[in-house]
Amino acid sequence: MNQLEKLESQSIYILREAYREFKHLCMLWSIGKDSTVLLWLARKAFFGHVPFPLVHIDTSFKIPEMITYRDRLAREWNLKMIVGANRQAIEAKETFPDGRVDRIACCRSLKAEALKRTLSGEWPRLRYNHQTQQYEPDPYQEAYTGVIVGVRADEEGSRSKERYFSPRDRENEWDVGDQPPELWNQFKTDFAPGTHIRIHPLLDWTELNIWEYIQKENIPVTSLYFDRGDGKRYRSLGCYPCTKPVESTARNVAEIIEELKSGKFANIAERSGREQDREDGGTLETLRRDGYM
Amino acid sequence: MKHEREQMSIVIVGHVDHGKSTVIGRLLADTGSLPKGKLEQVQQHCARNAKPFEYAFLLDALKDEQAQGITIDTARCFFKTEKRNYIIIDAPGHIEFLKNMITGAARAEAALLVIDAKEGIQENSRRHGFMLSLLGIDQVVVLVNKMDLVGYERRVFEEVVNEYRDFLSQINVEPLAFVPISAREGANLASRSEEMPWYGGPCVLEIIDGLKKEKNREEQPFRLPVQDIYKFTEANDDRRIVAGTVETGKVKAGDAVIFLPSMKRAVVQTIEGFNEPTKTEVGAGYAAGVTLSPQIYIKPGEIMCRAGEPLPVVGTAFRAHLFWLGRHPMVAGKKYKLKLATQRATVYLKQIERVLDAAELTVDAQKDRIERHDVADCILQTVKPIAYDLSRDIAATGRFVIVDNYEIAGGGIITGSITDTDYIRAHVSEREVAWEKSNILPEQRASRFGQRPKFIVITGSADTLQGNVAKALEEKLFRDGHYVYYLSIANLLHGLFDAESTRDGDEREENIRRLGELARIFTDAGMIFITDISRLDAYEIDILKALNQPNEILVIDLDEYARSGDAAGGGSEMLLKRIEKLLYQQDILWDYSI
Repeated sequence: MNQLEKLESQSIYILREAYREFKHLCMLWSIGKDSTVLLWLARKAFFGHVPFPLVHIDTSFKIPEMITYRDRLAREWNLKMIVGANRQAIEAKETFPDGRVDRIACCRSLKAEALKRTLSGEWPRLRYNHQTQQYEPDPYQEAYTGVIVGVRADEEGSRSKERYFSPRDRENEWDVGDQPPELWNQFKTDFAPGTHIRIHPLLDWTELNIWEYIQKENIPVTSLYFDRGDGKRYRSLGCYPCTKPVESTARNVAEIIEELKSGKFANIAERSGREQDREDGGTLETLRRDGYM
Repeated sequence: MKHEREQMSIVIVGHVDHGKSTVIGRLLADTGSLPKGKLEQVQQHCARNAKPFEYAFLLDALKDEQAQGITIDTARCFFKTEKRNYIIIDAPGHIEFLKNMITGAARAEAALLVIDAKEGIQENSRRHGFMLSLLGIDQVVVLVNKMDLVGYERRVFEEVVNEYRDFLSQINVEPLAFVPISAREGANLASRSEEMPWYGGPCVLEIIDGLKKEKNREEQPFRLPVQDIYKFTEANDDRRIVAGTVETGKVKAGDAVIFLPSMKRAVVQTIEGFNEPTKTEVGAGYAAGVTLSPQIYIKPGEIMCRAGEPLPVVGTAFRAHLFWLGRHPMVAGKKYKLKLATQRATVYLKQIERVLDAAELTVDAQKDRIERHDVADCILQTVKPIAYDLSRDIAATGRFVIVDNYEIAGGGIITGSITDTDYIRAHVSEREVAWEKSNILPEQRASRFGQRPKFIVITGSADTLQGNVAKALEEKLFRDGHYVYYLSIANLLHGLFDAESTRDGDEREENIRRLGELARIFTDAGMIFITDISRLDAYEIDILKALNQPNEILVIDLDEYARSGDAAGGGSEMLLKRIEKLLYQQDILWDYSI
């Protein structure tokens, strides 16, 4: 078995454990390369099917191509697509792009808060109707007790301490100092009422592994990751006011892999284009505790 | 794909403050493996807080950890040598975080154990050495650190080596090497130090590059712990796929397989996959899926094995080497949940043979409980049979964890199997002794009712058919003048038993036990008691039969009936008639009742 095969096998094992153990299970799909690889791994684990809903938190500031791509794959792969948002804050323009709050507060409100209330079922969820090709209010209001997330340990400091199955309390908080033991592929699958578990099948993957796997499996990713003629591409996707493209002429997956291995990005952190990380003292810890992905 | 680099994960353990984080920081820096942003980030952070930069800070990515100055959780970092890529797992040295140390160590293929030359061997130097052997990590390299603080003296190094080697030999651990180092000065880490000419061995990086990858597990007997059985009907998919990861061995399409503990047999029809060429064989390490012929009913948790190969043990008791991490001690008589490969079972601590202090290796043979951070030799007893291997034969199916109050509270390896003591039968004989007998004899009831009591269970694999047949049977017997009562499992959960009390056990197992006990009461009252349970296996039928004693049970399997050919043309009306006829033949219903 080579390294990619090992990573794939472990991720599939984790996905199957999650599906077996959690009745109210969903997967977060940020439309980025990591969670798209995760979605692909789910199709592998369940032999072409994705038996749980995919949840996307729409901040209304996502790069438009991301939304088009999301809905295209939802259609083609017959996904149970759920969208949530902090509509109140967006309508009241309590956002960083509107100049009313700082970056961290904006992330906290449009992402962390929206995610928390969408997962708990307190705020309305929209579900993609494959017949009408429209998003409609989702009658299903149950709180999700298992949430699959595509974080990687190599992204930044706090993520390197995550478990595959990581408990969150009622307030979505992560107690870094008191995490359950995890050994021999036995995870925390028992949980008290009101708490939920975040499941991290990609924990052991690196950015390079992700791109190598995209290449091997020929997984469709959005063209935002590639240079389309202006010498710029996105290395990590987010909201357009806070995510800057990097200078790069990589036009396809092979060129990105080459760039990561030996080129200009071999020694530069992936999230260096994310402004909110910098304001949080170089770690995402403050946001992470609040449930940020 | 292009040439691929090998990857290996190594855990670094040892007593608190013996310098693990400095060793890692130094390895990262000396192999040029630090991302640019990281070093600047940490240096800026140090400058802002007016403290001198140390290599250990590179790892202290979390704020509260920096405040405490100790590693609280395992963190992973990456470095590479010319030979391969490494993941270094930094495990905390503080006793309070032993569960984090275990989490980190259980993922590793080898371990670096750091001992402070000046402070010498401490409690967790010993405890961690012991835990490594329990976790099955056999490549251990001991780093005697902070040699700069003892003037690089050979005598100090050799004292530590001799003392620690003695300790390890008591637990049968033979380390690969002892290396004198100074992580702060970079001595003997990436290159050999001029300060210690008396040391003729290799430096740490050379030793690391010489570590061996795991043995090939494909040569062992085939074990596939079943995670789930999938039947996704979307897009007209009619495959019924048994899914799980192959732990050892391999299997081919056409192979005869046997599932344990149910002992059911089938033949592998296809190896399934998605977005890959069709495979006819799958081996150790792969997340697999197979279809079977015939389509037998098995449950998640069973172990799929190959007929003709050595099989796991099936039983309800085993001897184990167990470590305990729970807040509350492990005690006899309390119900715990066992997770072994993909099996889940209710388990009890049956007997403690001895409790070991993992740091001092002192033995307590009198202890009646296993406390936090203890290691014990003990006997565990499950309620229903499970399949397992001895840890020395097959590691993956010979180790387990114990869940107490939602948390993984302990783990262990199976060191011996124990002849099955029949738990249920022992319970039934106790119950019958304690049973307060009524003044009315069973024969008196029988002659009044014109029938003998019977417990009838309708089973099968359909969703609602069993219940419908059971209710129709009740109705037919009732109309024909018999004393009969139908009870569904669902009726038990709202009132007599609350749903809460089953939360940490196996729900199905518990409901079957309850039905068996209720059957004993209803049949004692002289009734024909009918229920339906889907997909009963032979073991569950045995349980119901035992619990219903001294009265009789009749199990009707609708799947078998459908296959028998008797079903043709008759429908369920015919089935009910046949059951009633059978009851007359068995002298349950009496002809001369008026």
